[in-house]
Amino acid sequence: MDFIPNTRLDEEELLKVVRASSIDELFEDIPEKIRLRRALELPPSLDENSLISHMEDIARDVKKGSAIFLGAGAYDHFIPTAVDHIISRSEFYTSYTPYQPELSQGTLQAMYEYQSAICELTALDVANASMYDGGSALAEAAKMAAEATGRKKILIPKSLHPSYRQVVDTYLAHMGYILQEIEYRDGVIDLELIEEKVDDDTACLLLQQPNFFGSLEDALGISEIVHRSGALLVACVNPISLGLLQPPGEYGADIAVGEGQPLGLHLNFGGPYLGFMACSQKLVRRLPGRIVGKTLDTAGKEGFVLTLQTREQHIRREKATSNICSNSSLCALAAVVYLSLVGKEGLREVATTSLQKAHYTASSLQKIGFERLFKAPFFNEFVMDSPIDPIKVNEVLLKEGIIGGLPLGRYYSELPNAMLFCVTEKRTKEEIDRLVRVLEGIL
Amino acid sequence: MRQPFIFELSSPGRRGASLPPCDVPEEKISDLIPEAMLRKSPPRLPEVSEVDAVRHFTRLSRKNYGVDIGFYPLGSCTMKYNPKVSERAASFQSFLDIHPYQDEETVQGALGLMYDLGKYLCEIAGVDDITFQPAAGAHGELTGLAMIKAYHSHRGDDRKKVLIPDSAHGTNPASAALCGYEVVKVPSNERGGVDIQALRDLTDNSIAALMLTNPNTLGLFEEDILEIAEIVHGNGGLLYYDGANANAILGFARPGDMGFDVVHFNLHKTFSTPHGGGGPGAGPVGVKKNLAPFLPAPTVEKKDGKYYLDDDRPLTIGKVSTFYGNFNVLVKAYTYIRALGAEGLKRVAEISVLNANYCMERLEEYYLLPYERRCMHEFVISANKQKRNGVKALDIAKRLMDFGFHPPTIYFPLIVQEALMIEPTETESKETLDAFIEAMINIAKEAEETPEEVLEAPHTTPLGRLDETLAARKPDLRWIPNE
Repeated sequence: MDFIPNTRLDEEELLKVVRASSIDELFEDIPEKIRLRRALELPPSLDENSLISHMEDIARDVKKGSAIFLGAGAYDHFIPTAVDHIISRSEFYTSYTPYQPELSQGTLQAMYEYQSAICELTALDVANASMYDGGSALAEAAKMAAEATGRKKILIPKSLHPSYRQVVDTYLAHMGYILQEIEYRDGVIDLELIEEKVDDDTACLLLQQPNFFGSLEDALGISEIVHRSGALLVACVNPISLGLLQPPGEYGADIAVGEGQPLGLHLNFGGPYLGFMACSQKLVRRLPGRIVGKTLDTAGKEGFVLTLQTREQHIRREKATSNICSNSSLCALAAVVYLSLVGKEGLREVATTSLQKAHYTASSLQKIGFERLFKAPFFNEFVMDSPIDPIKVNEVLLKEGIIGGLPLGRYYSELPNAMLFCVTEKRTKEEIDRLVRVLEGIL
Repeated sequence: MRQPFIFELSSPGRRGASLPPCDVPEEKISDLIPEAMLRKSPPRLPEVSEVDAVRHFTRLSRKNYGVDIGFYPLGSCTMKYNPKVSERAASFQSFLDIHPYQDEETVQGALGLMYDLGKYLCEIAGVDDITFQPAAGAHGELTGLAMIKAYHSHRGDDRKKVLIPDSAHGTNPASAALCGYEVVKVPSNERGGVDIQALRDLTDNSIAALMLTNPNTLGLFEEDILEIAEIVHGNGGLLYYDGANANAILGFARPGDMGFDVVHFNLHKTFSTPHGGGGPGAGPVGVKKNLAPFLPAPTVEKKDGKYYLDDDRPLTIGKVSTFYGNFNVLVKAYTYIRALGAEGLKRVAEISVLNANYCMERLEEYYLLPYERRCMHEFVISANKQKRNGVKALDIAKRLMDFGFHPPTIYFPLIVQEALMIEPTETESKETLDAFIEAMINIAKEAEETPEEVLEAPHTTPLGRLDETLAARKPDLRWIPNE
């Protein structure tokens, strides 16, 4: 099966016009030494029916959980049906980056609305039209803070998602920045350690709220210490939590980023996801990526364009604020559709229901012998010390179709029996009780 | 007609989603979270019904132009038709609902798909190993250059510069800068290729790599690629292949055989996954054996018939994505490759090159062709001829909209004045190409006879030309309610 409309007859006509006797003649610029004179070794082409069967076979070799208690950066929230319906409109999904605004007002207005929604969520002034994912958005934010302050040191709490720390490290390794880790105490950042480490050369601190352990950090306290030395605060936040928790703009964050996947995107084995990014007005010209702005057309009618493009790689080349070009536009569309459907009250409800169910789960697990490791308040994730090997716990749960929490030992050697559980609004009391019952049976 | 903002459609108390209820015993929120950590006032999100939201976004969609509506010859973007069967496979519930940290035993199908896709792409590129973490082409460049940097420094060889031709995509220099490299521009020769003598003069042992798109952004194959590779390798440098234009060479030549050490593909271009209005894409990066130890972790491996994620990579550059890359996009690319097979992929190259040459041949009489050579999958013409009557590339682009086409890429590559870069792709019929050619010829005539028709275009879109200067001078980047 191919998707080529031209027939052999068309082909001959076209060849005549270009005055070539064969198609091969068109490839004569390729030196013979590197011409591939054999067929690529690939499986034979499939007709559509066989292809669908083949893909179904692959899909059958994937087992999704009947109840997921795993989070750690990817969250199983309920997605209203209309979200997928809208992002399946091919006017949206088969279009390119809106370089020609007259033919792209749909994408552009939707991105303007997305930016507005992200500003509302984070309580910051401006937002861009998306980055790849939470980790890469955080890395770009760290770089942005370093460039804005002209300082070299970046403080990275150990309570930040281990993969995010690695992404930041990989992105910034080549730019001469100094990355300094800050230990946690009782599952949150030790403020005294910040006091010790923050100095005149500190560009920013990367605060995750709630942090990787699900615990709530003392964001206001941290913000105060960081700003005292002229450094910036970068907040990496769970967007659903902002239905309930104080937004970054209110505790003084200069840049807010996060993983937008909870806003209407499927788990999808880790991608595509959505990095969102917002900042204060004074940093707007340092933002990476696309930004949509409102303007007027020749007749004075309101319309939208990509704007402030002098920040970007296609204009500034090596002096651009970032190299990003393609982003996660369709995922950003999903997010703004999700936020519109769920709405002002709904977002708070999703957050509150997740909070309640997570606390119910934590206390139920505590009753059967699991122990909460950290005392700090938490949102919808929490760390439990398991009385038996976490790997074993998950094996038993899996037999019942339940995806258990994340064993933390491989990320934190000091926490060998710890498990990070996540409970979203989607988990029912019945599912939670089943989780607890199964575990009770093996203790 | 103006579509109001979704925020303006709000009516207090209206809801568009039915949410899972709280069926556990509830506690007082302030007993769980200290007051000071709670939000004082809710975000001003819309309050609309489902039908309000669906109509709003459907109406917006109708103000968009996509490949499913018509011809989209945006040069270097490979806007080919996106097969629906790929969309179908990617929407299987079991692909959508798997968590990246699930037990490997439960995701064998997904890991197997990545493993096999990796093998196919390595075969197509002529390289040995691959990573799927990069989410886009530029992300792939960053990843590839970071590996190149790690490779050199592992050998105790501290190299400071990256060579980039003046015809390159803007992401190339931006990615090199992000990796801490100094960018050195290589001029093009009169045939549109790399100026070999200049390359020789610029290359010494401070060069970490040369980044090259082949065919280049003029749609021309670098005839001297073997000599180029020899010069760079001879000085201990490496070659990076920007795969934006790989559509032209599928099954005809492999970057690995040309001497490239690192290769990225844009799955959203060459392998027909949709662009989504700007993303998500996928930019997997393949490498030759000597660079494999530096690949981001984890990689997907196979042992005793089982697939697994290999995190034990002591020399890895680290991670560029939180998880394993854009899996759902990979499903679509895999489906595409299985649909076409080796023969189908080669035919992609054949017809994309034939279609481009056909359009170029027929337009040559009306527009300035800066390089008189056969092209590969795309070609660049200049509006310099029309400029004499005041008609610029931008005006031609806008006028094309009135004929029902998306314009080509304009003002790129930078080395051609008033450039129009046209990439028809293989998924367009002769009839479509002819209609586009007719429109272009018409516009060339209008530029002579009634230039104001072109200068005032577009006439048929919902909005006329938009004031980009105003947008940049007085940035209005978000909706704010009228208090």
